[in-house]
Amino acid sequence: MGNNEPVISVQGLRVDRGGTTVLHALDLTVPERQVVGLLGPSGSGKTTLLRTLVGVQVVTAGTAHVLGRPAGDPTLRHQVGYVTQSPSVYSDLSVTENLRYFASILGVGPRDVSRVIDAVDLARHARRRVGTLSGGERSRVSLAAALLGEPRLLVLDEPTVGLDPVLRRDLWDLFARLRDAGTSLLVSSHVMDEATRCDRLLLLRDGRLLADDTLPGLLERTGAHDVEHAFLRLVEDASVPDGAAPLRSPRHLGGEAS
Amino acid sequence: MSTHDARSAAAVATGAPQGEGARTPVQRAPSAVSPRATLATAGRVLRQIRHDPRTIALLVVLPCVLLGLIAWMFDGTPVLDQFGPILVGLFPMIIMFLVTSVTTLRERQSGTLERLMTMPIGKGDFVGGYALAFALLATVQALVVVAFAVWVCGMDVSGPVWVVVLVAVLDAILGSCLGLAASALARSEFQAVQLMPVILFPQLITCGLLMPRDEMPAVLEAISRVLPLTYGVSALQDVAAGGTFADVSGAVAVIVAFIVGAIVLGTLTLRRRTV
Repeated sequence: MGNNEPVISVQGLRVDRGGTTVLHALDLTVPERQVVGLLGPSGSGKTTLLRTLVGVQVVTAGTAHVLGRPAGDPTLRHQVGYVTQSPSVYSDLSVTENLRYFASILGVGPRDVSRVIDAVDLARHARRRVGTLSGGERSRVSLAAALLGEPRLLVLDEPTVGLDPVLRRDLWDLFARLRDAGTSLLVSSHVMDEATRCDRLLLLRDGRLLADDTLPGLLERTGAHDVEHAFLRLVEDASVPDGAAPLRSPRHLGGEAS
Repeated sequence: MSTHDARSAAAVATGAPQGEGARTPVQRAPSAVSPRATLATAGRVLRQIRHDPRTIALLVVLPCVLLGLIAWMFDGTPVLDQFGPILVGLFPMIIMFLVTSVTTLRERQSGTLERLMTMPIGKGDFVGGYALAFALLATVQALVVVAFAVWVCGMDVSGPVWVVVLVAVLDAILGSCLGLAASALARSEFQAVQLMPVILFPQLITCGLLMPRDEMPAVLEAISRVLPLTYGVSALQDVAAGGTFADVSGAVAVIVAFIVGAIVLGTLTLRRRTV
């Protein structure tokens, strides 16, 4: 994987929000054509990092490059698909009306609208008002909008949160298919078990990068048997000054995606 | 490994015909304003309103009801002929201001504004699309309200009625553009709501409706000169008193300038990046 040009390269990135530092001098790279998981508890700075990469976050210091351009560069707006944590679609429009609007902004045709509706398995609900759909269906509409125009990079903020295990598995399968087809994906999650579906992991805590590794590499390095314990071990090793704060257990109940 | 290969492969994986389902978007230079994005946004806003009968009722029925109540209240007096034309401009402006502020506010809250700001749409397209959609609604609204006032309530305008319609349409568009500007200035939903009375009430007090402007203290009169509603009310007062288009053309020009200014302000203050 080291041979490819990174799709994301971040150096010394610092973001302050409301007087507190959310990201501390972050350095990381994301290789091309992989599903990279951005894992960390809520409040670790995942959303801020993703917002920076899609160019909607005011940055205090450092640089972030996406597909060889500064994050937020106008040419990237055709090439990066972004899904916010809560579904960002119009609840008073139908699924198709929503996607047609976003498609016209991207300058892609109705054929692409049907393609993405099929990709997220919403053909049955295409004519329904988004406000009448379930939460999981709504977040799939939001994901479908990001797939329009076949972006080279997908930035997904907790796309599987609140979904039932079957849907989560289906979504991770879709991510793998997109990856196999050449798309690069950066997917955030606070569910540590989803690490098994990622090619690489970025572990984030309190705005600092704990690890940037593959799952086997991470387990070997920490001697832990799963990501959650690896995470704990890394926190102990780093002996972060505010390490006294209790870590919340991010593990989800129920069946797992793999 | 070229990006073209990668994308063709992506098309295969998700079932799109190669080179057809989506245009290759990579090298297209983004422009500040594109008619396509502006029209698409206007169409989308109108589609949203079409799905919302209550907003349509608020836009069209409410001003007629209010006007009808006033006509009934002052039945047999010349009050409707004197103040009716002013209210025909005033009600739509206030209602359009509120509806536009709230609609753009929802765009922020739902995260769709953030999504759009990562997409190839100019800030001018976004504001322009809203302005266009609401200008269309404002026109329909003003036509219905003036028709109701004249034909149902029996409002008798001394000047030409089409000038009343023109000023009413412009007032409604102005209200909507002020709503856009206020919403863009606000850093949060709550701020946007707070800005509504701050922007509306000073205009209502000084526009010459409560007291003729030439009888006001000099300071208030000076303030009224820089507030847009003053010009709408004064134009309608002139037409109600028998003035023609030539008499109000100066005021109309000022209203148009305020509309353009509000759209520019709304575009400039909208932020792609937020903290």
